[in-house]
Amino acid sequence: MLEIKNLEVSIGDTQILRGLSLSIGTGEVHAIMGPNGSGKSTLALVIAGHEDYKVTAGSVHFEGQNLLDLAPEERARKGVFLGFQYPVEIPGVNNAYLLKAAVNARRKHQGESEIDAFEFLQLAREKMKLLEMDPSFLNRGVNEGFSGGEKKRNEILQMAMLEPRLAILDETDSGLDIDALKAVAKGINALRDPQRSIVLVTHYQRLLDYVEPDYVHVLSKGRIVRSGDKSLALELEERGYDWVQEAASA
Amino acid sequence: MSTEANDIDLLVNRRYEHGFVTDIETDSLPPGLDEDVIRAISGRKNEPEFMLEWRLKAYRYWLTQKEPVWSHVSYTPIDYQSISYFSAPKSDADRPKSLDEVDPKLLETYEKLGIPLHERAKLAGVAVDAVFDSVSVATTFKGKLAEAGVIFCPFSEAVIEHPELIKKYLGSVVPYRDNFFASLNSAVFSDGSFVYIPKGVRCPMELSTYFRINAANTGQFERTLIIAEEGSYVSYLEGCTAPMRDENQLHAAVVELIALKDAEIKYSTVQNWYPGDENGKGGIFNFVTKRGDCRGDNSKISWTQVETGSAITWKYPSCILRGDNSVGEFYSVAVTNNMQQADTGTKMIHIGKNTRSTIVSKGISAGKAQNSYRGLVRIMPQATNARNHTQCDSLLIGKQCGAHTFPYIEVRNPTAQVEHEATTSKISADQLFYCRQRGIAEEDAVNMIVNGFCKEVFKELPMEFAVEAQALLNVSLEGAVG
Ligand SMILES: Nc1ncnc2c1ncn2[C@@H]1O[C@H](COP(=O)(O)OP(=O)(O)OP(=O)(O)O)[C@@H](O)[C@H]1O
Ligand SMILES: [Mg+2]
Repeated sequence: MLEIKNLEVSIGDTQILRGLSLSIGTGEVHAIMGPNGSGKSTLALVIAGHEDYKVTAGSVHFEGQNLLDLAPEERARKGVFLGFQYPVEIPGVNNAYLLKAAVNARRKHQGESEIDAFEFLQLAREKMKLLEMDPSFLNRGVNEGFSGGEKKRNEILQMAMLEPRLAILDETDSGLDIDALKAVAKGINALRDPQRSIVLVTHYQRLLDYVEPDYVHVLSKGRIVRSGDKSLALELEERGYDWVQEAASA
Repeated sequence: MSTEANDIDLLVNRRYEHGFVTDIETDSLPPGLDEDVIRAISGRKNEPEFMLEWRLKAYRYWLTQKEPVWSHVSYTPIDYQSISYFSAPKSDADRPKSLDEVDPKLLETYEKLGIPLHERAKLAGVAVDAVFDSVSVATTFKGKLAEAGVIFCPFSEAVIEHPELIKKYLGSVVPYRDNFFASLNSAVFSDGSFVYIPKGVRCPMELSTYFRINAANTGQFERTLIIAEEGSYVSYLEGCTAPMRDENQLHAAVVELIALKDAEIKYSTVQNWYPGDENGKGGIFNFVTKRGDCRGDNSKISWTQVETGSAITWKYPSCILRGDNSVGEFYSVAVTNNMQQADTGTKMIHIGKNTRSTIVSKGISAGKAQNSYRGLVRIMPQATNARNHTQCDSLLIGKQCGAHTFPYIEVRNPTAQVEHEATTSKISADQLFYCRQRGIAEEDAVNMIVNGFCKEVFKELPMEFAVEAQALLNVSLEGAVG
């Protein structure tokens, strides 16, 4: 599904990713962990096509296609979804309106007709119920005045509506209370599918208790320094990052 | 980050493709202004003596005045002697015979704006007798209006047909001494609209300048007078979303509204004058005096405007709330792009008791444009329990533009409640990226954000106009993406 080889990325004069390689198979769930500032969000944003980040070497292929050639909206329409660590507020733009435009952009790309208003509303309500979100969020401005946790749930709602091929969730679990975490995990698990790949960027084992990853990677100083199965996350929880970083530089 | 900012600049940097010049000769007076010119204008229109006298008084007063310099705009001084003050409408022989002869790019814009076919022809200046639809529609309207007793005709016709109304009301809201541009307009006004709604009549349709016959070329000094008698109602739509081309650089219109007891006037404007090129060359200077007088108790005047054009706009639709319990409203969206400068706002003068006013101003700046809001709320000593709410929001697109707010509040009655809120926001690169990550193209994302920003004003426009206005904004901010 996603093939990243020797990726080097800079912002301004600072290099952030230093030869990162990662392969994600169809239907797999990967967790990416690592200290603050190690480059996790940078990786997510580069895959989504953020123009501030310059790729200086390496490649990113999505379903065999060179992703780096595509504009962000083209990547999204092909099924790449990024749940942002810091979802932005867009005051005045109706949440439902943006959601519908996004759904239709994806449908149009797939050669399907636009979703009708009734069908859309029904679908949105259903997903919101699963996520234990009040339907009134549809009528508010995009993330406008949403609490931290509400913003994260809104990201999951968008993901659920868009049914992406590849979902990258950047710290979607941060700032959630216990109940919200369960609701979000439910939302993610509902989307687990042999045809869909999921990348969870997280700092905490908590989320991984609910959404069990197939693989866990540790990102440090712009590189994947260790990969393993879900037991690696438990080990990290216990021992912190120092030992992996030391082992990597040794 | 800097490349990001440039992208946004590029995005809003659309070109206005319809400012083509024409070298068709018109029946014009030579450039220059003196009393003989004014006599000539009045003479060609067969005006009665009182009208000429009024024009001359205005002219003599104008000579004593200096152009105002206080607005937040700058431009090279206008040479008033280099302007021709009378140009007759083009004869049909000089016009395109059909839409086939019209610049296809202009037609494309009409298409984008969703303007009906029969109106496209008229807007493009096709000879009227080729535009069957438009004429028949207008004729049907005329019949319906006459039945209701509504007068809706060119100003010049009203001067001849209804001199008593003109004498009574002309200059009663905007006196010829009001300001430099109003004085000039009073001296040399070309034509415009006249509307009279009789007592108790609810005008059976929205009156639109689209359908005003024989006034296709009202020229640069337009004059509009609307009188709503006791208990009447009228909604008037001015301008159109189609790009207006005009050879005249200076436009100085005057609009006077009079609402008598229990009457209501709703005046909506969508204006799209040629703004000039990226460097501001060739755009229209638009200096307009618009004022409504809530003369009777419980009367209401509501201004709604969406402005995207002009190189320079200087415009303050205002309300004088004279009658007790009268209501004034001002809803405005002003878009400036490239080198455009807009200095707009409103004045609400509270005189009557329990008078209320609402101001909602939305300014959008892109490119290197400067957008200023200037609003005056004045509560006179006798205006007990007057209330005003002002909300003034600016949206910046890109990094080189500016927004300025100049609120003036004068309260001379302690019972007044005056509230002013102002916000400035930006369309950020992060917002655009967020939308794009959801599969929405950058241009659509900008439109979405801009339309969201303007929602409160659009909902005040008559339904069809609102749809057009939205399309207009999208076209105005359209650019070369990628
Ligand atoms: N726009 C930017 N300008 C300058 N430096 C940046 C920018 N974006 C990221 N960086 C730097 O790149 C490095 C990696 O940041 P990134 O956000 O990818 O880390 P992260 O692993 O997601 O951290 P966290 O766990 O705190 O979210 C950090 O040192 C950060 O300061
Ligand atoms: Mg991060």
